[in-house]
Amino acid sequence: MSQHSADWWYDEAAGPLVRPYAMVSGRTRPKPAGEELTLTTQVRALRTSSDHSSLSVEHLEIIKLCRKPLSVAEVAAYLHAPLVVVKVLLSDLIQRGDVITRDPSRTAVPVDLNLLQKVLDGVRAI
Amino acid sequence: MVSVQSEQRREELLVPSSVKIVVAGGFGVGKTTMVGAVSEITPLRTEELLTEAGEEIDDLAGVEGKNTTTVALDFGRITINPELVLYLFGTPGQDRFWFMWDELAMGSIGAVVLVDTRRLDAGFGAIDFFERRGIPFVVAVNCFEGSHSYTTDEMRVALDVADTVPLVLCDARDRESCKAVLVRVIEHAMNKLDVMA
Repeated sequence: MSQHSADWWYDEAAGPLVRPYAMVSGRTRPKPAGEELTLTTQVRALRTSSDHSSLSVEHLEIIKLCRKPLSVAEVAAYLHAPLVVVKVLLSDLIQRGDVITRDPSRTAVPVDLNLLQKVLDGVRAI
Repeated sequence: MVSVQSEQRREELLVPSSVKIVVAGGFGVGKTTMVGAVSEITPLRTEELLTEAGEEIDDLAGVEGKNTTTVALDFGRITINPELVLYLFGTPGQDRFWFMWDELAMGSIGAVVLVDTRRLDAGFGAIDFFERRGIPFVVAVNCFEGSHSYTTDEMRVALDVADTVPLVLCDARDRESCKAVLVRVIEHAMNKLDVMA
């Protein structure tokens, strides 16, 4: 994008129309359900039939994005929202049962030779 | 009839686990290029453009061709298998973003410290960071066209890295070259694990 073009201050260059923290009513901390979320925690939407009427546009967008498992960082990137905002939104959805993470006791994968071998094989195969 | 709980458990099994490798190095050294060379998705980023004020702060000597920099996070992904995803995170290049490094490094299986022969000193901070935390890392020298060529021995001395740390030459634009760097990181992590066991 050229800084000299007449329209450079519109759209993405001007920033979001909704201020990031307005998406979460000013909350800066996730609910307890989302405290364990890290950049790479995988989240996935459940096919629940819960009532979505109280959810915001961003919540619904996350549910749509997470039909396939995605990391918290990916959700933030696709949503164009800061990480902390996404963690707050995800914590709402986890508490409601609309989104799940891997069982917290299994989130921290122990780095052992078996795991590293899998990663090595995977990288060699790309 | 399947209970809600067992249904939920079954779906939980379909949530993959993840690992990450950090790509660190000085400003403008080619971290995003390296991530992009091996990632299956176009690197995702939360990016801010450098302002004119930023140009005065950041040391641009030797990297005049670069107009923007990543001031937040830049990452790519490699799906290893349906249960395991590898993420590659580039560190923010500028010193004022050091606070982000700890979260990035936490739980990573290893790191690449990407250096540029025009400004080897820009790699010192990253090398020191991973050494102190005991995170396995390799030093990868990004060989730009027009950059001086030194022997790996000369660079090892200049960077003051121990013989136990792998030092490799690479081209951050080249997929096979970057793959080889990642393979070295993972092998190095395996060796370190073996030594500890």
